Amino acid sequence: MIRFASVYKDYPKGAALKNVSLHIAKGEFVFLTGHSGAGKSTILKLVYGELRPTAGDVRVSGFSIGDLSPHDLPRLRRRLGVVFQDFRLLDDRTAEENVAFAMEVTGARADSIPAKVMRVLTQVGLAAKASAYPPELSGGEQQRVAIARALVNDPTILVADEPTGNLDERATRGVFQLIREINAGGTAVVMATHDLDLVRQTTYRTVELREGGVVFDSGVDEGSDTTEGLE
Amino acid sequence: MSLLVREALLAFRRAPLLSGLSITTIGFSLYAVGLFALVAVNLREALREVEQRVEVVAYLLRGTPPEAVAQASQDIAAFPEVARVAFISEDEALRRARQELVEFRDAYRDLKVNPLPASLEIQLKDGYRDGAHTAAVAERLRGYGFVDDVRYGREWIEKLDRLRNIAGVVGLTIGLAFAAVAVVIIGVTIRITVLQRAREISIMRLVGATNGFIRGPFLVEGMLKGLFGGLLAIALCYGTYLLFRGQAELATSGIVFLRSPQLGLGVVFGVLIGLGGSLVSVGRHLRNV
Ligand SMILES: Nc1ncnc2c1ncn2[C@@H]1O[C@H](COP(=O)(O)OP(=O)(O)OP(=O)(O)O)[C@@H](O)[C@H]1O
Ligand SMILES: [Mg+2]
Repeated sequence: MIRFASVYKDYPKGAALKNVSLHIAKGEFVFLTGHSGAGKSTILKLVYGELRPTAGDVRVSGFSIGDLSPHDLPRLRRRLGVVFQDFRLLDDRTAEENVAFAMEVTGARADSIPAKVMRVLTQVGLAAKASAYPPELSGGEQQRVAIARALVNDPTILVADEPTGNLDERATRGVFQLIREINAGGTAVVMATHDLDLVRQTTYRTVELREGGVVFDSGVDEGSDTTEGLE
Repeated sequence: MSLLVREALLAFRRAPLLSGLSITTIGFSLYAVGLFALVAVNLREALREVEQRVEVVAYLLRGTPPEAVAQASQDIAAFPEVARVAFISEDEALRRARQELVEFRDAYRDLKVNPLPASLEIQLKDGYRDGAHTAAVAERLRGYGFVDDVRYGREWIEKLDRLRNIAGVVGLTIGLAFAAVAVVIIGVTIRITVLQRAREISIMRLVGATNGFIRGPFLVEGMLKGLFGGLLAIALCYGTYLLFRGQAELATSGIVFLRSPQLGLGVVFGVLIGLGGSLVSVGRHLRNV
């Protein structure tokens, strides 16, 4: 599903990733942890094709990121759902329109869109707020809209870069629960986080980075379907 | 397709100020071009009018036999440069002089002998009313034995030539410069629109929109802006024209407005700049992110 083989990533100011090798299987849940600047976001950006590796090979869902053509980038993105700390919603479109938009860009049939949109909004628990604009929603609700948008094209991988970073504890718990449910449905999840409480609550695989290298990997999928420690 | 138009119209609705501003900018840029075109067209019109008065007059020796004049008239009318030849008899010349030269009416009234010679007035065809052709015709006329003198206002025809050349070169240069400035300003305007929506573009890419899909609404938007800008420019030009027409009573012949093909060309120009500007700005933006 996702495979990093001896990946290096240099920014003009220095190296962000040094010799990272990593394999993430279909349906797996993986936490990326590490101090600020360790390279978590860089790994995720490589996954969704925002960056190209300086050296080494990155393969995601059959695409080789190193030589991804402009034509293939949208095709890769449609197989992924990506959520961020800052939600990245369009403030002048309703929740519903934000989600529908992600479907429209894929050229989906117009008459199939509304039902699918309502289905994912229901899944994230926001059906009642479908016609609200993002500024009218709480942080947790906005993140749910973003997750709904990520889900609407049935991704095989959900990429989440500190999805709970801007949320209070209650909202964090709700959003995290939602992400676990998505994973339980068979979607692989790669989630970067600073929140070690979240990490400790579960027995999901954890990969820790330091200065661009993997310093700890709890190993392949120890229990992605466990609900232990949730409450 | 409907999505394309919907997104483009949405862009107007969501940023009415910026859209209005860019339409106004495009409108005024094209207005400058249009004003210049107006001036150029009227200048050309005025030149043409002056040109109409270019005429070569051959004064005939007294006592030239009418048959010879008639024969010569035919020959001359067959010159490639010549449009019309009119014979003005001595009597006709006197009648005209009395009519036109009011100050001398008395002097001409009691003449025993008509002092005015008969003449041939020769009008040249379009495109031949310049110094070189006029001089050539005059030279040929002098070859006739019964032609006493040939007049054609050489100096002002040469001035006219110069004016025509200057107007041509200056017109082309300024016209191109105005058009170039309009292109640049409109390009910048559209670039601002694209930058203003950089976030939206990045989100579109994130969810898997192709570059073509992203570009589409911008192109439609750019074309619409060009269209509205073009129409605004025409309205402004027309307003200016009306204003000046009111003032131009003193001018000999009034002023003319641009004709519809020229107006159509202006609007097409606006639409194309809108399209081209969007294509370039969005293209550059997509390549850089
Ligand atoms: N666009 C960029 N240009 C230059 N350097 C960058 C860029 N993005 C990240 N870096 C550097 O690369 C390193 C890794 O950054 P990255 O964003 O992957 O860290 P992170 O683990 O996500 O940190 P955080 O927890 O703060 O989000 C850092 O040293 C950062 O300064
Ligand atoms: Mg980060």
